[in-house]
Amino acid sequence: MNGSLRAFFVPFLALLIFSSSLSVNSFAQELGFSDHIAKLAKSKLSEKAVLISLIAETKDARVPDLFQHLLNGDLYYVKKTGQIVVIEKTESGYLAGDVLSQQSLGIVGKRSVKKIGVNNALRRQLRSYIATFNLSSDEANTRLEAAKALLKAPEASFLPILDAALVAEANADVRSAMVIARSAILLASDNAGQRLVAVNGLRGATDKKVMTLLEQLLLEDEEGNVAEPNVRVRQAAEEVLGSLHTQARIYKVMEDLFFGISLGSVLLLAAIGLAITFGVMGVINMAHGEMIMLGAYTTYVVQLLMPNNIGLSLVVAVPAAFLVSGLFGVIIERSVIRFLYGRPLETLLATFGISLMLQQLVRSVFTPLNRSVITPEWMSGSWEVNGMLSLTYNRLYIIFFALAVLFLLIQLLKRTFFGLQMRAVTQNRAMASSMGIRTGWVDAMTFGLGSGVAGIAGVALSQLTNVGPNMGQAYIIDSFMVVVFGGVGNLLGTFVGAMSLGIVNKFAEPMVGAVLAKILILVFVILFIQRRPRGLFALKGRFVED
Amino acid sequence: MKRDSDKLSPFTSRSWLKKAGLAAGVAALTLSASIAQAADTIKVGVLHSLSGTMAISETTLKDTVLMLIEDQNKKGGLLGKQLEPVVVDPASNWPLFAEKTKELLGKEKVDVIFGCWTSVSRKSALPVLEEMNGLLFYPVQYEGEESSKNVFYTGAAPNQQAIPAVDYLMEEVGVKRWVLAGTDYVYPRTTNKILESYLKGKGVAAEDIMISYTPFGHSDWQTIVSDVKKFGSAGKKTAVVSTINGDANVPFYKELANQGVSAEDIPVVAFSVGEEELSGFDTKPLVGHLAAWNYFMSADADVNDDFITQWHAFIKDEERVTNDPMEATYIGFKMWAKAVEKAGTTEVDKVRPAMYGITVDNLTGGTAKMLPNHHLTKPVLIGEIQEDGQFETVWQTESEVPGDAWTDFLPESAKLISDWQDPKIMCGNYNTETKTCSGQNY
Repeated sequence: MNGSLRAFFVPFLALLIFSSSLSVNSFAQELGFSDHIAKLAKSKLSEKAVLISLIAETKDARVPDLFQHLLNGDLYYVKKTGQIVVIEKTESGYLAGDVLSQQSLGIVGKRSVKKIGVNNALRRQLRSYIATFNLSSDEANTRLEAAKALLKAPEASFLPILDAALVAEANADVRSAMVIARSAILLASDNAGQRLVAVNGLRGATDKKVMTLLEQLLLEDEEGNVAEPNVRVRQAAEEVLGSLHTQARIYKVMEDLFFGISLGSVLLLAAIGLAITFGVMGVINMAHGEMIMLGAYTTYVVQLLMPNNIGLSLVVAVPAAFLVSGLFGVIIERSVIRFLYGRPLETLLATFGISLMLQQLVRSVFTPLNRSVITPEWMSGSWEVNGMLSLTYNRLYIIFFALAVLFLLIQLLKRTFFGLQMRAVTQNRAMASSMGIRTGWVDAMTFGLGSGVAGIAGVALSQLTNVGPNMGQAYIIDSFMVVVFGGVGNLLGTFVGAMSLGIVNKFAEPMVGAVLAKILILVFVILFIQRRPRGLFALKGRFVED
Repeated sequence: MKRDSDKLSPFTSRSWLKKAGLAAGVAALTLSASIAQAADTIKVGVLHSLSGTMAISETTLKDTVLMLIEDQNKKGGLLGKQLEPVVVDPASNWPLFAEKTKELLGKEKVDVIFGCWTSVSRKSALPVLEEMNGLLFYPVQYEGEESSKNVFYTGAAPNQQAIPAVDYLMEEVGVKRWVLAGTDYVYPRTTNKILESYLKGKGVAAEDIMISYTPFGHSDWQTIVSDVKKFGSAGKKTAVVSTINGDANVPFYKELANQGVSAEDIPVVAFSVGEEELSGFDTKPLVGHLAAWNYFMSADADVNDDFITQWHAFIKDEERVTNDPMEATYIGFKMWAKAVEKAGTTEVDKVRPAMYGITVDNLTGGTAKMLPNHHLTKPVLIGEIQEDGQFETVWQTESEVPGDAWTDFLPESAKLISDWQDPKIMCGNYNTETKTCSGQNY
């Protein structure tokens, strides 16, 4: 069956089923529709639930749009007249349009209209109605989403529509989703035979939602009665649940691994700049966290400058943050740190002072309030491998991003002339200098590079956490921990260190809790450093002995 | 950078001595100046952090007090005198709260202080307040278990926020399984202890309660959100009660949204997330998650509209939001002003008795009344987060709930009451069984 035929056929069937109970002429229907809508304005939430089902029953062509507006929260009423309007928020104010006549009322005052509120229960109700409308969409994806939405709120009244849609459905994925939704509805049937069929219909569905539904069958009430009275249904449900639990355990391990790699990549990003300033140059840079913060604020400013291209803004923010943080790094190196080489204690104090100054600078410029960095569409949500395992996009991108930064940095150090100079200076300053390398310039550039990379990390972290004046402090300890653990002066060590700490942390967390997991990691690193003071990958050779 | 030079200077003893001498001189000067000035103005101390971690929340309250003072002065001040704000910055540094309180009471001779946010900062200022007989108005929801003679608590006690929120979820939403998630410090620990005992009293089994604590500023919520999802798939309606503090909320909610935990499946009700916190991020994926407060900016009352208009005019920014601690500051300030008028003086020992029974219209339409236990009557509102970062009230108590200093749901606190008016009791921790006060000041 092709799309246009389906688009006609399913609503037609739905119409038939609904109208069998109602025999109203179109005039009365119109009256009912506008009446019900008018009542929406001032009714209580529980009354709204009744009104919504009444409105759905009118099957007016405007119902899907109306429900969508109600769900999105752009349905308002004019306080004086009680007229129901759809509000579009424009730069010049609220643009109102009448729901019934669909005529524009022009700009209205913010205080003259009031939103028609809905709560979670109503939202769920609206979503399932919208899902039933979408079952007849031309887009296979929309139909799939609709079937999945019905699984969340299985209700007997949707069965006829679902059946009709199932008859018309050709896409195998959508079909199986519909069968699962249908089985979920049938679980509440009065007939034990139907329930058994339903439980068996759920076999092979890899979904947490299905688990919830089956668990509900096996719940005991206070007197010890099981919700499902029939033994055979219960056994079937237990069997299906058993295999679902096994699957869930396997996916849980995969999920933990993903979480660990993701935390590892965040640690890697935060630490990799420090691996250069501290690891390669030996500067104890307490202002490292603030370089990350500056990068995050750069992202915020870039988004302010290009409000219509949020998706692109992150791509622009990466080089911008590198330049801003790098520039700050060069200034700090030239103005303070170069006078303090070889005096680690003073460097530590000076850079700590700088970090406080930078925080206060940001507070003065941007206020102490957190800034909101928008997550672009392509970075939000998650990739649903199946109903049990979903990997969030922002974490996924950050893993690839961290690996890319690491790769480029290694290439820069190993393959370019600047990298060669840099390694020469850090290994033997006097020798490098007598070979004609401008060591001062190389120092400044190296520090700038480390700071710039920290800035890039800030862009990524702005997608995960707060952008505020204190954000840098949250990462400074972790960064030092990773660099020291991985082995000072070794980028690959930083990588291995970050990943192993991340994974160990994430496997420990479900067992001992977030607070203890963090403490355990710290204790572990301290003990490890006792055994191997130079970290996982210690540098070998003469230049180490300083 | 002032903060650091202050901190480091004691290391060099000579400069410290010099400073001490100078400070003594300055103190003597300002003392004489303040005597001269005392006749014309009433000094109002503002003790909110303007730098450090808490600046994010507390600067707003400093501005609120300044706005209220400006407004009062326009109306002719109090007792024919103008009000003069004295703003100090305790810099989110808890011991500094005690020092700054001393400075305000001893050096500046303020008549009243509005300030503090975290419980630990209040506890730090408390001994100084009691020793020097100061008066503090504390405007933030807190864990209770305290009632000092010198502090008026205008924020919510646990029975005005946490307990009604749990009741709402249990009765209206049908929640049977509970995740109590909090940051690892005193307010969440005490609140969760109270809630756990309350839930168990309502017949919730121990395996249906999951408690999880996280460090301050926790940013990696993947595991916890995934655990919540797993906990929520056991067939019973599940909700998360969050006492997660300030900054950590942004990554928490982001992770919830990304992992697809919608409010329709597992609602999260928060006690520390208000309009101000939400203005820090994109609320689209959070629509429907809940918060329990005594005030929402969206409250439909004329007095609230006026307050918002006044705030926008004062702060010169139409985008700024108002929140619950601001309302608590507003109520506290109005009450103090009324009590001063009633007592005819700003003397603490006369103003304090005048406070009891004073009523002020709260911004949501009802009335707040000061009780003899130094807490307020407050309406409790449950709101759902909307796309524009505002809350839509979905439920509220029929009348105002009187604040209870000592919770009834912990055995050791249930027998304690606080009454600073009844001459037979006159303490903040009267044991109704032994008929004695414990002797500690608060």
